[in-house]
Amino acid sequence: MPEEGMEDNKEGEERPKWNNKAEYLLTCIGFAVGLGNVWRFPYLCQIYGGGAFLIPYLIALVFQGLPLLYLELAIGQRLRMGSIGVWNSISPYLGGVGVASMLVSFCVSLFYNTIVAWVLWYLFNSFQEPLPWSQCPLNHNNTGYVEECVESTPVNYFWYRQTLNITPNMETSGSLQWWLVVSLATAWSIVYICFVRGIKTIGKAVYVTATFPYLVLTIFLVRALTLPGAYEGLIYLFTPDWEILKNPQVWLDAATQIFFSLSVAFGGLISFSSYNSQKNNCEKDAVLVGVINSATSIYASIPIFAILGFKAHTNYVTCLNGNILALTNEFDISDMNITVENYEQWFDSLNGTHPSRVSDLKLKTCDLQTFLDQSASGTGLAFIVFTEAVISMPGSQVWAVLFFIMLFSLGLSSMFGNLEGILTPLHDLKLVPKWMPNELFTAIICLLLFLMALIFCLGSGNYWLEIFNSYVGSVPFLIIAFFEIIAVAYIYGIGRFSDDLEFMTGHRPNIFWKVCWLVISPLMLFVVLVAYVAVQAQTPPTYAAWNPDYVNFPNTEVLPYPDWVFAICVLLSSVPVISIPLVAIYRLICCMSGRHSKDSLHNNPNPYANEDYVVELLL
Amino acid sequence: MPSLTVPPGAPPILQSLTVPPGAPPILQSLAVTLERMLVRILVLLYLAGAPALAQTLCQPNASNGYRVRISIKTALGNQAYEWNENEMFLFRATMAFAMRRYYKTETYNVDNIIVCNQTRRVSFWFVVISPENPTMLIPKADVEKAVSMSRHRINNAFLLTDRTLEFLGIYPTLAEPVNPDTPPWLIVFGVVIGAVFAGIIALLVSSLLQKRRKEKGMMEDGQDEEDRQMKGVENGINLDGIYNRGFTDDDRFTKL
Repeated sequence: MPEEGMEDNKEGEERPKWNNKAEYLLTCIGFAVGLGNVWRFPYLCQIYGGGAFLIPYLIALVFQGLPLLYLELAIGQRLRMGSIGVWNSISPYLGGVGVASMLVSFCVSLFYNTIVAWVLWYLFNSFQEPLPWSQCPLNHNNTGYVEECVESTPVNYFWYRQTLNITPNMETSGSLQWWLVVSLATAWSIVYICFVRGIKTIGKAVYVTATFPYLVLTIFLVRALTLPGAYEGLIYLFTPDWEILKNPQVWLDAATQIFFSLSVAFGGLISFSSYNSQKNNCEKDAVLVGVINSATSIYASIPIFAILGFKAHTNYVTCLNGNILALTNEFDISDMNITVENYEQWFDSLNGTHPSRVSDLKLKTCDLQTFLDQSASGTGLAFIVFTEAVISMPGSQVWAVLFFIMLFSLGLSSMFGNLEGILTPLHDLKLVPKWMPNELFTAIICLLLFLMALIFCLGSGNYWLEIFNSYVGSVPFLIIAFFEIIAVAYIYGIGRFSDDLEFMTGHRPNIFWKVCWLVISPLMLFVVLVAYVAVQAQTPPTYAAWNPDYVNFPNTEVLPYPDWVFAICVLLSSVPVISIPLVAIYRLICCMSGRHSKDSLHNNPNPYANEDYVVELLL
Repeated sequence: MPSLTVPPGAPPILQSLTVPPGAPPILQSLAVTLERMLVRILVLLYLAGAPALAQTLCQPNASNGYRVRISIKTALGNQAYEWNENEMFLFRATMAFAMRRYYKTETYNVDNIIVCNQTRRVSFWFVVISPENPTMLIPKADVEKAVSMSRHRINNAFLLTDRTLEFLGIYPTLAEPVNPDTPPWLIVFGVVIGAVFAGIIALLVSSLLQKRRKEKGMMEDGQDEEDRQMKGVENGINLDGIYNRGFTDDDRFTKL
């Protein structure tokens, strides 16, 4: 309900307002802190030399992330409109930037909530004893275990077969998996209930969704540090490999990680800050959100890696125990005489005395480092690696439930921003009929998104999701952000922007911000964009397919994208950003044709023209 | 005339010891003593030779024998017991129990289970001999069926599991998976979706009621609204005239 002190826009409609500053900050933090902080950053840390990765990461945060964040929050707060309205106000020729933001938010919402649906599916299945991904099911005549499960692992089988029911390639679409449809419906219903009253309900929901992940991470941290092998995992994570900084790929990945992690260019941050009063210190907000986002990434990687170290240790001990059993049985040594500790000595002595028998046993080489090197990111980390680790922990159900609720909170709070980036511009564009209440409009949009996301519930859905993730969730954002910063720094003018900031925060931005906005950030963005496109162009467009009939199963089969799929990929990358030049051209045409009409006064109002006075004179 | 009953299975030398009816009494009593001694010697030999004979039946890789491998420390850790003769006796008794249960007879005994080649692993071979015929071994297939039938009881007698008490060659039957009528995940899903829908309906209904209340409130002071509007028109130059931007400090539109 409208609070007092409401600032009206031209039509006298009240703009919704945050109940308090905490809700606004928590919403922004929740939007920025998402699944990527938990399953992408630790992976990057691991493959790019541990502690050394923090250097390019923090540099990218300071010189690229924070200026962009401050810029978005400031323009949203000053102009008090969603992304389309804001960019229309700054320059009509750049109105396309807002449209592009909205389209990209739309596409991202589609697949992001599907990931949330998968998390929900795993959460529902965590309330069982034993966990369904801990053992293979029996085949239909109860003579043995299902072959696909035996050849891979129960965890892989549960993910690829019982969750996704994945098809062997992209051409086979398969059918709708009803349990995924049900989970997706649940996910969208929960998103809707949080959006029912706009930021009133979101503001209440983020008290839980934004803070709960930290609680769970702390619980996991305490639990993980008491597990065997956690120490090795943490050392492995944080051992800096300074040599890696010479590799430009590291800098590129650090910059892209910061960029995608902060969720700029979605339009959601602009929408959230547009509900603020204009006299809010957005500089402090931006720094706070940026720093908390990075701190969360670093904090999340500690329990993740402790648990991955535990998993590597467990795998190592299992491997060794298999060898020990083989040796014990072959040489009839007393039970438990060979242990993990004295395995080496026993192996050497037995190999010395009976080398042929030992080599016939075909013992596996068990190396802890190899197990630690098995890294995974994204859905592989959450649904395969982590679930396997959870099975070995005592009280697995509790840990599984906690983990998936945490992932669900992270995903849900990010969905708030994604959906806000769609709804607010539509409201501001006055595309909502007057008779339609907001609740109904939100319901229609959620229903539309749910129906469109059903493609990800097909058998080939995971392949499509990877495509959306790689092609929509990457290059368009970089392009949009680049245009954003150019628009504000050069077209709007840094002078006018500084005036606005002085109006809002009470002081002009210092030299650091100005230099970043004018030079450093656009340059960094441009370089990152070009490098990213260059790297993407060099990697062949292939995908990893799960094919049980593949010769090297359980390894995934690397297949090239079919031509029609590749065309869709190109479309997905280009259609959102094509609106930028399209709108510019459209405005140019309108402007040129409008120059000769009397309506030019309305199109280009002169602030110093007092029309009333003119009318009276004519009278 | 004492007649010596020669047992039917006796060797031919005994059978030829029948004394002709017209022999003198000393000869007859001598024959009797001799026969008794022979019988006793043969019986003694037989008894002495039987275990040896049975022992030759139990050999590693015997055609009707099974190898057993026991890992007590793996199963019980600190509470592991020592494997000694008593435990072996229990094993033989348990196997006899399994045979009894399978054949549904009460003829099997501990002596029918022969064990050999015990290693410090602990592993050993065993064979089962038939109670009726000590030289006959029970076929492998029957032993396997008997073991499979009583596997659970055998495991529990030793506080071990299928993995730690292995009969090499007899594969444990896979545990039947528990298939509940409703998958548990559906229950959780039902609870969650029910709560969410209830919440949505509650929120929608409450916002609807609030709107109705607001409309009623507006209707009541709708008179004031109209007056205000009338005044606006009366006060002079049309309120819906051209917005004079020169006088606004909301200068966002001037920046174009």
